[in-house]
Amino acid sequence: MKGRVASTIIVAALIFFAGYAALFIAPDEKTMHAIQRIFYFHLPSWIAMFTALSVVFVANIAYLATRKTKWDALGVAGAEAGVVCCTIGLATGPLWAKPVWGIWWTWDARLTTTFILWLLYISYLLLRGLLDDPEKKATLSAIFGVFAFLDVPLVYVSNRLWRTQHPQPVILGGNGSGLDPTMSKVLLLCVIAVMGVMIVVLLDRYRLERLRHEFEELRIEVETCNLAPASILGKESA
Amino acid sequence: MPVTPATSRAAVPSFGISFDSVERRFGSFVALRGISLQILSGEFVALLGANGAGKTTLLRIAALLASPTRGKVRFTAGQGSGDCSSIAEAKKLTGMVGHSTLLYDELTAAENLTLFAQLYGLDGISVRVANSLQSCGLGSRAASLVRTFSRGMRQRLAIARALLHQPRLFLLDEPAAGLDRQGLVWLGETLEALRKDGCTVLMSTHARNESLDLAARAVVLDGGMVKQDSGSGGDPRPVLAALRADT
Amino acid sequence: MSTARAAAILLAKELRLEFRTRELLSATIVFAMVIVVLFSFAFDPTAAESRRYGPGLLWISFLFAGSLMLNPSFAREQANDTLDALRMAPISPFAILSAKMLANFIFMSLVELVLVPVFGVLYNVSLAGVAGRLILVLALGTIGLTVTGTVFSAISSHARMRELLLPLLLLPILTPLLIGAVEATASLLLDRPELDRTWVALLAGFDIVFLTASWLLCDYLIEE
Repeated sequence: MKGRVASTIIVAALIFFAGYAALFIAPDEKTMHAIQRIFYFHLPSWIAMFTALSVVFVANIAYLATRKTKWDALGVAGAEAGVVCCTIGLATGPLWAKPVWGIWWTWDARLTTTFILWLLYISYLLLRGLLDDPEKKATLSAIFGVFAFLDVPLVYVSNRLWRTQHPQPVILGGNGSGLDPTMSKVLLLCVIAVMGVMIVVLLDRYRLERLRHEFEELRIEVETCNLAPASILGKESA
Repeated sequence: MPVTPATSRAAVPSFGISFDSVERRFGSFVALRGISLQILSGEFVALLGANGAGKTTLLRIAALLASPTRGKVRFTAGQGSGDCSSIAEAKKLTGMVGHSTLLYDELTAAENLTLFAQLYGLDGISVRVANSLQSCGLGSRAASLVRTFSRGMRQRLAIARALLHQPRLFLLDEPAAGLDRQGLVWLGETLEALRKDGCTVLMSTHARNESLDLAARAVVLDGGMVKQDSGSGGDPRPVLAALRADT
Repeated sequence: MSTARAAAILLAKELRLEFRTRELLSATIVFAMVIVVLFSFAFDPTAAESRRYGPGLLWISFLFAGSLMLNPSFAREQANDTLDALRMAPISPFAILSAKMLANFIFMSLVELVLVPVFGVLYNVSLAGVAGRLILVLALGTIGLTVTGTVFSAISSHARMRELLLPLLLLPILTPLLIGAVEATASLLLDRPELDRTWVALLAGFDIVFLTASWLLCDYLIEE
């Protein structure tokens, strides 16, 4: 309990400070000026998303191998966290792109892959919602999760190959090259802060799911105990 | 209807089933709670209990259609000595008559039986299929689609399908449902023949029918647990009589 | 019993069931044709535009028609719990899955065999010279479609809203396949047709990845 409160406070403080740093400490960018500051949250949310979705992949494989429900809990927690981060990324991107490059969106390899990724993991969550039996839900969504993860590199490669044949305006995302030292420091801080938020949210969701399972186990234990005495009395052997 | 006796399978050893603290859950619904039951090779067990007591789930686990959430199921060769050689072996020797007919409505009776005969790797398929249809009284309808059959005819075909590969473990889930007088007589004669041949039979029912007289043991399930068990050497008749008094 | 033998027996069953009524096949062909025709109303393409957008149209209609056709693959087995009967038989789960994949591949190929000439006629696109290479591209694309589609049919047969769920799950996964197939087909319709190796490699890669994944995960897919 104390650990959870402490980590939540730390992460909240981090994100607060990161926001302040992004808005006031980071120097003004030459060409894009104020709008560029979205980048300090845009890029970290991609990093957080990829981390969350890698966690989902590992959890899916682990569940199929071990059948332990904790892996299923981790899978759904990771998928929800990943979808949220992806949504943030997809929403902040156009907000940045429009004033700077004049277009909301372009179908370059990176953006297209991300959009497909977003669709795939929303489908993952939808699939879970439409399956009632918990065991089937865990198994079938794990299989779909594995397929989705295997598909992502294929989507990226196919889009890259396609775009070299049909060039489109490329949005220079991920300005990692040639960053001013202060900008780099602020970026690092924001990455840590956003990752922190993602991890805290993921772990909380994981705990919630585990608690649900535990509650079910206990409920069944109680039910069995209530029924047992009658059966012992009634049992005869001729 | 003539009962064409299957070539005696006494040479192929039968096997028993051992349920060890078997629990089966479907989400928050617990169908079976801590069932421990040893069914010996060659025993004819009547599985009784109200609807929802867990009979179907237990049979499905025995048929390897479902695995227990907790606990273990083993097939015991001979008189409870050692395990059956492999899952594949057990499947080849297990037959089940389930809640549904397990038949393809858009295939003919003969096509259905031929399909399963092929899947079980049997030989002399056309002869076997013809004999099987003859014995269950559907010889004249061999080329008709199952879709056109009455309930009783489908049930007879379902039972014939389960017997095609001459199983040594026969599982039946309410087999009398939908059968007419003739069908019931045929079922009784078939079960009698199986019993004589040393086949292990586990049959569930929630109502009285004549085939129950063949049972050497009666097990009553209630709320997913064993409520009564007349035991392997015991007398099932008091338990069966109690059932008759209830219904 | 070997997987190949069991799959052959089950494939014969699938084909017999479908060819007895041919309902699914005819409905799928008609649906694909409807899409092809609607395109001409929506876009009213010139000859040059038809050759440019034709491949895209063809593959979109195959994907949409296919994802409707793949639904009954496993849903049909639920009527009398026949899937249980198959699972009880001494055959491997992969035999069951691969038989359905093969059956769907055959059905889809038949749909394409009808649609491609129809498309050629309606939009005045000449396909004679590239028939062989076109068949290769169609085959590779159809393998990917039916392999993933059959797996997702198995998945969605347990869920509610399965008619909507299957396309929803399948179509995003198939984007690499769509790109590869469209580009490969388009390269065959140029003035100087040539089979673009890159795209063929992509299609083959897609097929191999998902066929392997299906084989590895098959047991979990078919169990209760």
